[in-house]
Amino acid sequence: MPNRPVRRVALHGRSNFFWETQLERQTTYDYKVVRQFAIITVFWGIAGMLVGVIIAAQLAFPTLFEGIPWLSYGRLRPLHTNAVIFAFGGSALFATSYYVVQRTTQARLFGGPLAAFTFWGWTLAMLLAAITLPHGITSGKEYAELEWPIDLLIAAVWVAYAIVFFGTIAKRRVKHIYVANWFFGAFILTVAVLHIVNSAFVPVSLTKGYSFYPGAIDAMVQWWYGHNAVGFFLTTAFLGMMYYFVPKQAERPIYSYRLSIVHFWALISTYMWAGPHHLHYTALPDWAQSVGMIFSLILLAPSWGGMINGIMTLSGAWHKLRTDPVLKFLIVSLSFYGMSTFEGPMMSIKTVNALSHYTDWTIGHVHSGALGWVAMISIGSLYYLIPRLFGKVHMHSMKLVELHFWIATLGVVLYIAAMWVAGVTQGLMWRAVNADGTLTYSFIESVESTYPFYYVRLLGGAMFLAGMLLMAYNTWRTVAEGRSADADDAIPASATR
Amino acid sequence: MSSFWSWWIIILTVANILGCFWLIWWTMQRQSGEAVQGDVTGHVWDDDLQEYNNPLPRWWLWLFYITLVFGAVYLALYPGLGNFPGLLNWSSQDSQYKAEMAKAEKKYGPIFAQYAAVAITDLASQAEYQEARAMGKRLFLTYCTQCHGADAGGTRGFPNLTDDDWLWGGTPEQIKASIAAGRRGVMPAHAHLGAEQIDEVANYVLQLSGRDADTRKAMAGKQIFLSVGCAGCHGMDGTGNQLLGAPNLTDKTWLYGGSLGIIKQTIGQGRNGVMPPHGDLLGPEKVHLLAAYVMSLSQQ
Repeated sequence: MPNRPVRRVALHGRSNFFWETQLERQTTYDYKVVRQFAIITVFWGIAGMLVGVIIAAQLAFPTLFEGIPWLSYGRLRPLHTNAVIFAFGGSALFATSYYVVQRTTQARLFGGPLAAFTFWGWTLAMLLAAITLPHGITSGKEYAELEWPIDLLIAAVWVAYAIVFFGTIAKRRVKHIYVANWFFGAFILTVAVLHIVNSAFVPVSLTKGYSFYPGAIDAMVQWWYGHNAVGFFLTTAFLGMMYYFVPKQAERPIYSYRLSIVHFWALISTYMWAGPHHLHYTALPDWAQSVGMIFSLILLAPSWGGMINGIMTLSGAWHKLRTDPVLKFLIVSLSFYGMSTFEGPMMSIKTVNALSHYTDWTIGHVHSGALGWVAMISIGSLYYLIPRLFGKVHMHSMKLVELHFWIATLGVVLYIAAMWVAGVTQGLMWRAVNADGTLTYSFIESVESTYPFYYVRLLGGAMFLAGMLLMAYNTWRTVAEGRSADADDAIPASATR
Repeated sequence: MSSFWSWWIIILTVANILGCFWLIWWTMQRQSGEAVQGDVTGHVWDDDLQEYNNPLPRWWLWLFYITLVFGAVYLALYPGLGNFPGLLNWSSQDSQYKAEMAKAEKKYGPIFAQYAAVAITDLASQAEYQEARAMGKRLFLTYCTQCHGADAGGTRGFPNLTDDDWLWGGTPEQIKASIAAGRRGVMPAHAHLGAEQIDEVANYVLQLSGRDADTRKAMAGKQIFLSVGCAGCHGMDGTGNQLLGAPNLTDKTWLYGGSLGIIKQTIGQGRNGVMPPHGDLLGPEKVHLLAAYVMSLSQQ
């Protein structure tokens, strides 16, 4: 039954407008907020990745934009990370979680105008980020740079998100809660706790607040937040996305229910501990570093559980990978996911970390996760979702989707391969010593040797951005051809098992 | 840490590891009424979403067990469980850092010690000590370039070490003292003089080094220079005092810049130059070689 034409509630006549809307409210899914978030995801993807390409160019050509403070690397870098993680990734998660929770509970979104509030509130917060960060207004905490008034807005939006999501779960018309919703739910609850605890501040003015925590404790709280932002925002939530869109697109059942139980609970309990691996060999006490390291290693199997469940869902339907570019996005993203969740635990081992830390290897690792996994699973899911939100089954051009897949995949591979080589080179150069124990290379020599890889990384990043532009064109054509505002699907009349 | 927090950490850590074992065991149990293995579970969402009742993959399960056991063993050997130091009694500061430093000292110490008795002037100039100067240069590239530059040419606020102009003196002993004990070059702020008088003193300072200045202002500035304390450090004739690190104002060398505007800023706001001490960090043998290298730079 997949790919069936969209069922629309046919209601005509203007005389009974009020009752029509009421009836429509009860019998259709709320797609408006899903559409808004889906479209703005494409916009934020282009904006955030464009800033990424600019700062990659600044590393390759350091005099670029010299003397313009609001275009300096130090201000644009947090803008890039905020725009791709929270604006692009966050909007993709809002769109897909709102879609998935409705379809798998057979219930319209709970909370009426609250869903619209989450869209406008989140978008406002992201716009404020785009204004404040280039002005140098920052709390200086990585991935939590936004100052306290924006933090408060985000907290309000997040509470509304939780009410909408869990309210919808509560009024579900299907007895069992689908696995994707476990992951979305864990993500929403945990991110609320992380954001509120790490953003505790003492405000001194409208644009400046100071962290509530002192010294090494602040560092620990920051990386407890920082790594769980990776763990819950960029992993758990996108696994929720995966658990809906992979079986839908592959038209196959999920590989193993048992595996999903074990890897869900193990993932969310062990991720909580992993943060200290960002602070190996620092002022953090040894016990905290050890605990962070061993739980990062234990995380390997629970992380891979999601990859196995996603990829093995395709067993019996491997041939679809040859012809379906949407499935290619989804499955290749799982491969990058498996690769980076193997790499992460390895890098958390103290002896490996002593080589990799502070080098571009970390940047490569982050982008194999961020581009390879997060962006590609989002893009694949949006290529499934966008046509269905506008009364179609396919995107305007599947050829362009195919082209997007290849250009994006090659871009990621160039990016991460360049950063691996650059990072290992830097790590080895920094620790190389002469016969008398002095350093063989000065720091600037290691920077000089990195230039070739900065050019390759810039090329890879630009290719990924080019793919997003193809997606924007394809989305625009799809929306223009589709039935727009009133194409909400009907909620099935009778509840299924 | 207090024993409460120690036990708090121990209990949570151990409970999470044991919890993983329990989770695996519990999930592997057959539930009453569950579907046959390999079949779908019977739940359906959104028309066609289903799940197979497949067992946990064997190899994956082993991977999970191995990491859990590794974690438990690691926590027994190394610090991790609260205040328990681990069976190996390892710590990053007291064992790893100290052991690595001792090993390096044993290996590299003699290489530097062989020049400790040679006079710095000889090390700096004689052909037979070229290797000593090369070692000094490598030390310089590791510890000194961050401020003084790879070519030792300095930058604003950080002295050029290649010329023959010394703030604190250029004898072997003085250079060694600068490296080992550090220096603090403090120029007090004179904002209380007011903009007009600062402008006049600055013009006098320009004139001292033989540059174009407003003669009338410079004349007034000289009186201020002699009366408010400038001469106390820089000398009556402005040639400076190496005991205080007070720069010679009559030459062409400017540590913070020699434009009228910068000089006014220096007088009004003062300066606070810091050369950090390196004696404890490097030890006397390396300081000795560094001093020789620095001395050789100004003799070329």
